[in-house]
Amino acid sequence: MGYTLAFEAISPIANAQVATGAFAYLWLLIALPLIGALILLLGGNRTNSFGPLLAVLMPATSFGFAVYLWLQMLGLPKELRSQNLVLFEWINIGSFQVPFGFQLDPLSMSFVLLITGVGSLIHIYSLGYMDHDPGKRRFFGYLNLFVAAMLLLVLADNYLLLYVGWEGVGLASYLLIGYYQHKPSAAAAAKKAFVVNRVGDVGLSLAIMLMFVAFHTVTFAGISEKAEQGSATVLFLIGIFLLIGAAGKSAQVPLQSWLLDAMEGPTPVSALIHAATMVTAGVYLIVRSNSIYDLSVAAQNAVILVGAVTLLAGAAIGMAKDDIKKALAASTMSQIGYMVLAAGLGPIGYVYAIMHLLTHGFFKAGMFLGAGSVMHAMNDEVDMRKYGALRGIMMITFGTFFVGYLAILGVPPFAGFYSKDLIIEAAFDRSIIAGVATLLGAGITAFYMSRLILMTFFSNKRWEDDAHPHESGLTMTIPMVVLAIGSVSSGFLLTYNDALKSWLAPVTGYQTPEPPIAIPVLIAITLATVLLGVLVAVKLYLKEAARVAPTDVSIFTKAARKDLYGDAINEAVFMRGGQQVVNATTAVDNSVVEGSVNFIGRITLGLSSLVRATQTGYTRNYALAMLIGVALLLLLAAIVRL
Amino acid sequence: MTNLPYLTLLILLPLVGSLVTFALPMAFGAARIKAVAIGFSVASFFMFVLTALQFELGTSDKFQLTENYEWIAAFGVSWAVGVDGLGLVMLGLVAILVPVVLLAGWSDIADDVAGKFFGLVLLLQAVVTGVFAATDLFMFYVFFEVMLIPMYFLIGRFGDQNRRKAAVKFLIFSLVGGLVLLAGVISVWVNSIRITGFGSFDLEYLSSLDLSLETQRWLFMAFFFAFAIKAPLVPLHSWLPDAAGSSTPTVAVLLIGILDKVGTYGMLRFLLPMFPEASVELAPIALTLAVLSIFYGAIMAIGSRDIKRLMAYVSISHFGFIVLGIFAFTTQGISGSMFYMLSHGLSTAALFLAAGYLMQRTQSSKIDDHAGAFQTTPLLAGFILFGALSSVALPGLASFIAEFTVLLGTFARYPLLAGFATLGIVVAAVYALWLYQRTMTGKPSDAVAGIKEISGREVVALSPIIALTIALGFVPQPAFDVLNPTATKVMQQVNQIDPAALFEGDN
Repeated sequence: MGYTLAFEAISPIANAQVATGAFAYLWLLIALPLIGALILLLGGNRTNSFGPLLAVLMPATSFGFAVYLWLQMLGLPKELRSQNLVLFEWINIGSFQVPFGFQLDPLSMSFVLLITGVGSLIHIYSLGYMDHDPGKRRFFGYLNLFVAAMLLLVLADNYLLLYVGWEGVGLASYLLIGYYQHKPSAAAAAKKAFVVNRVGDVGLSLAIMLMFVAFHTVTFAGISEKAEQGSATVLFLIGIFLLIGAAGKSAQVPLQSWLLDAMEGPTPVSALIHAATMVTAGVYLIVRSNSIYDLSVAAQNAVILVGAVTLLAGAAIGMAKDDIKKALAASTMSQIGYMVLAAGLGPIGYVYAIMHLLTHGFFKAGMFLGAGSVMHAMNDEVDMRKYGALRGIMMITFGTFFVGYLAILGVPPFAGFYSKDLIIEAAFDRSIIAGVATLLGAGITAFYMSRLILMTFFSNKRWEDDAHPHESGLTMTIPMVVLAIGSVSSGFLLTYNDALKSWLAPVTGYQTPEPPIAIPVLIAITLATVLLGVLVAVKLYLKEAARVAPTDVSIFTKAARKDLYGDAINEAVFMRGGQQVVNATTAVDNSVVEGSVNFIGRITLGLSSLVRATQTGYTRNYALAMLIGVALLLLLAAIVRL
Repeated sequence: MTNLPYLTLLILLPLVGSLVTFALPMAFGAARIKAVAIGFSVASFFMFVLTALQFELGTSDKFQLTENYEWIAAFGVSWAVGVDGLGLVMLGLVAILVPVVLLAGWSDIADDVAGKFFGLVLLLQAVVTGVFAATDLFMFYVFFEVMLIPMYFLIGRFGDQNRRKAAVKFLIFSLVGGLVLLAGVISVWVNSIRITGFGSFDLEYLSSLDLSLETQRWLFMAFFFAFAIKAPLVPLHSWLPDAAGSSTPTVAVLLIGILDKVGTYGMLRFLLPMFPEASVELAPIALTLAVLSIFYGAIMAIGSRDIKRLMAYVSISHFGFIVLGIFAFTTQGISGSMFYMLSHGLSTAALFLAAGYLMQRTQSSKIDDHAGAFQTTPLLAGFILFGALSSVALPGLASFIAEFTVLLGTFARYPLLAGFATLGIVVAAVYALWLYQRTMTGKPSDAVAGIKEISGREVVALSPIIALTIALGFVPQPAFDVLNPTATKVMQQVNQIDPAALFEGDN
C-alpha cells in the first residue's frame, strides 16, 4: 500500500463545478427509470405485453449514459470532477433555502454505476424469474421506481432531497416486500420494514433540522464548508442522528430486525434492494457526511460500535439459519456492518467502505440470484435442509455461486480478499477491539457461508419427492455469470494502481492505515481464521446434513435461530407496550373525554329544554342561540352608548 | 376587468348555484340537477382562477382585491373583503375541493334528495368563501356561525344511522365555541371604543389597538377556545370522530378538509394580529395542546376499528402539527403551517374519497369487514395506498413539505418539543400502513368479494387531487411565494424574529 495521499482536506464539493455539456443532462439518469415506472404503473394492462422489456431498457439506457458520463469525468482533472446541477429552487422560506439540485462526483458516480449496472442485470434476470407471474408488470414498475429513487438518493446535492430518494427507495422496498399481497406474512413484513425504517427517518429528520439550526444550510457543499465552525456537541449529535438514519436503512443494530423478514419479497428484489443497493444507502450517508464525522471522534466511535456489533450479530444469525435467503440476508447485515465500521474509521476507512460496498454488490447480488435459481429449480423451497447435491445438476448456478462464495470469504485473488482485508487492516489501525471483531467476523463468515454452500450443493440429497431440479434459462444465468466475473475481478481492478483510492480521495480524503501488526502477518492470520471456519463447516456438513433441524442445540444456536431475540424484544417492548398505550388512550377517550362531554351536553340540553319547553327539533336550538347572541350584542351596544 | 368585485362574486356565484339547485324541480331529473350544481362549482373554480390572476405576488403584506361596503353603520360593521397569501390559498383549496367532492359523491345520495344535498354543499361553499375573504371581524363571525347551518343538515340528513346524534354533538360544540367567540368579538369592539372612542370591526384597525396584556389574555382565551374547537385540539375534539364517522365521505372531506381549517385560519388571521403579546405569552398552552393532539390523535387512530373514525383521528393529529407550526413563531413554522392547511385538505380528500369509494361498495365502514380488497380492486387499493402515504407525509408529496417545514420551524425555537413531535412520524406509519394491511392485503373478506373496480368518474374526481399532491411535493415554491409574505407579516405582528444560525458563517 505504498500510495499515500495524506489526508486531502480539500473537498471539491465545496468548489463544485456548474454542470455543463453532457453533465447538464444528468437528470436523465433518474428520469428514464421514472418514466418507465410511470408507464407501467399508470398504463394498466395495455402495457402488459411490452412492459417488462421496457422496464429492462430504462435502467440499461441509464447505465449506458452513466458509463458515458463516467468516461467524461475521467477525462477531467480531479478538482473539476464534482458536477453540480441545480434545476430550480425547491424550498425558500426565510433562511431555509433548499435547491432541487444534483451533484455528480466520484462518490455518487460509483453508486450510479453500481445501481444502474447491477440493477439492469437484475431486471434481465427478473424477465426469467417472474416469467410466470401474471402481475409482473406491477413488479417491473416497482423495480423501475426503485432504481429512479435510488439514483435520486445518491445524486441529490442536499440532505432534504436525499431524504426524498431515501423514502422513495423505502416505498419501493415496501411495495416489493409486500408484492405477494395475498400472503399475510408478506404484508406484515412490508409494514414492519417501513415502520422500522421510519424510526431511522426520525434520526435523519433530526439531523437535517439540527444542520439547519446550526448552519442555516442543508446542502452537502454548505455543510462541508461550515462544519468546522460547529461545536463538538452539535457535530456529535448530527453524527448520531445520521447514524440512526443509516442504521434503519442499512439494517444495523438496533434497527436490524426488518431485513430478515424482508426476504418475503421476490428473490430479485432481495438481490437488488436488500443486498446490493438500498441497504448500502446508510454507508453512503455516512461517507457522504465525512465532513461531520471527521470532526467528531465520538460520533465515529459510535459508528464503529454499531458496525462491529452488527457484523458479529449478523454473522451469528447467519450460522443458524436454514432458510437460504435468510442466511444470505444475515450475511448482508454482517457485511454492511463491515462497511459501516470502515466508514466510522474516517479517512482511513471511507475508501475501503465503498470498495467493500462495490465488491459486495457483485458477489452478494450474484449469490442471491443463485439462491433464486435454486429456489426456482426446487419449487420455491427455501429450506436448505431440503436441498443437497445440486452441484452436478445446476452447473452454472453452482459455478457462479462458488465464485461469490470465494469472494465473500476473502480468498485471494477474489474480490472480497481486497476489500475485506483492507477493512481489517484499517480496523486494527484504530483499535485492537475493532480489529478483532472484524477478524472474528471473517472466521464466522467462512463457517456459515461454507455451511450454506455445502448444504445446498454438496452433501446428501434431501429433496422433497416432487422436486425435479434443473438449470435455469439464459435470462437468469447470464446475469449470474456477469456478476461472477465481477466477483472475481472487481477487487483487483479497484485496487490496481490504487484506482478507487485516487478516484474517491478528492471527495472523502484518504489516509494510509498503519496497523500494529505487520500487514503480511495480518493477512496470514486472517486467512488462517477463514480456513478454520471452512474446516469446521466441512467437518459438519460435507458428508451429510440432517433433513430436520436438530432441536437439542445450545442456547447460542437457539438465540441465533431467533435472530438473537431482536423480534422478541421489539414485541415485548414496542408492540405490546404500544398496544397498552393505545388501549389506555382509547379507554380515557371513552370514559373521561366522552363522559365529561356528555355531562356538559346533558346540562346544555337540559337548560335549553327548560327554555324551549314547548318546542321540538334541534335546529331551533341553534336559532335560539343566535337570538341570545344578538340580544347580547344589542344589550352591550346599549351599555356602551350610555 | 380589474375593478370587478372579485371576492364578492366568488361568494355570490356558489350562492346563486345553491339557490338554483334548490329551486330546480325533481322532474328536471336528478342527474341534470347534479350536473347543474357541478357546473356552478366548476364555474366558481374558474372565478377563483380569475381572482388569483389579479393577485400581485410579493406585495401581499396588505390585503388585496379589497372591497368595503357599509353594512351596519351604527356598530361600525362593514361588508369588507380582501385576500392576502393565506386567504388566496384557502380560497383556492375551497374552489378545488368542492367540484372534486361533488363529482366523487355523485352517486352517494339517493336521487330524490340529491338536489338538496348538492344545494347545501354549494351553500356551504358560498359561506366558507365568505369566511376566508372577510376582513371585518363581525362579518367573519356571522359567516363563521352561518357555516353551521348547511353543515348541520349535511351531517344530520345524509349520514349513517348515528347521524342525528353526531349532528347535534357537532352543533352543540360549535355553538359553545361560537358563543364564546361572540363574547370575544363584542368585547374587542367595546374595547376599541374605550380606547379610541370609535367602534369598528375592521381587522387592521383592531390589530392596531393598544390592548392591555390583561385584556389580551382574556380575549386570547376566548378566541383560542373557539378556534380550538373548530380545528379540534385535544381535549375539545370529541365531536369530530362522531361527526366525520357518521357523515358521508364527501361531507367528511368538506368538514375536515375545509371547515375545520377555519379554526387554524382564524388563529393566524385574528388571534395573533389582535392579541400579539398574549399570543406569545400563552403560546406554551397552544404548543402543549398541539403536541398532545399529534400523539393522541395518532394513537386513537391506531386503536380505531372504523375507517372513518380512524381518518378523523388522523386529522386531529394533523391539526396538532398545524397549530404547532403557528405557535412556534418562526417564518418556517408559520409558512409551513399554512402550506400544511393546503396539503392537509388535499390529503384528506385523497384518503377519505378513495376509502369512501370502498365503503360505498361494501356498505360498511368497519375495518374488520374489509380484507384483501387488493385482489378484487387493485386500482382502488392503489388510490387508498396513495391516500395513506399522503397522510404519512411521504417525502415527495406535499404533506412531507408541510410536515417537515413545520417541524423544522418549531425545532429552531423549541428543539426538544420538535424532536419529540418528530416521533409522530413513526406512529403515523403504523396507523396508515396497518389500515392498508388490514383492509387491502390477505384473503378477500365476504364484504369485499365481488365488488366492482373504481369507475372512470371516480378516477377523474381523484386525479386532480393526486396530481396536486405530487406537484406540490416537488414544486412547492409557487405556494410558498404566495404564503411567505403572510408569514412575514404575522411575524411582524407578533413582533418576533427568526433565531439566527447557531454558528455564524455567512461572512
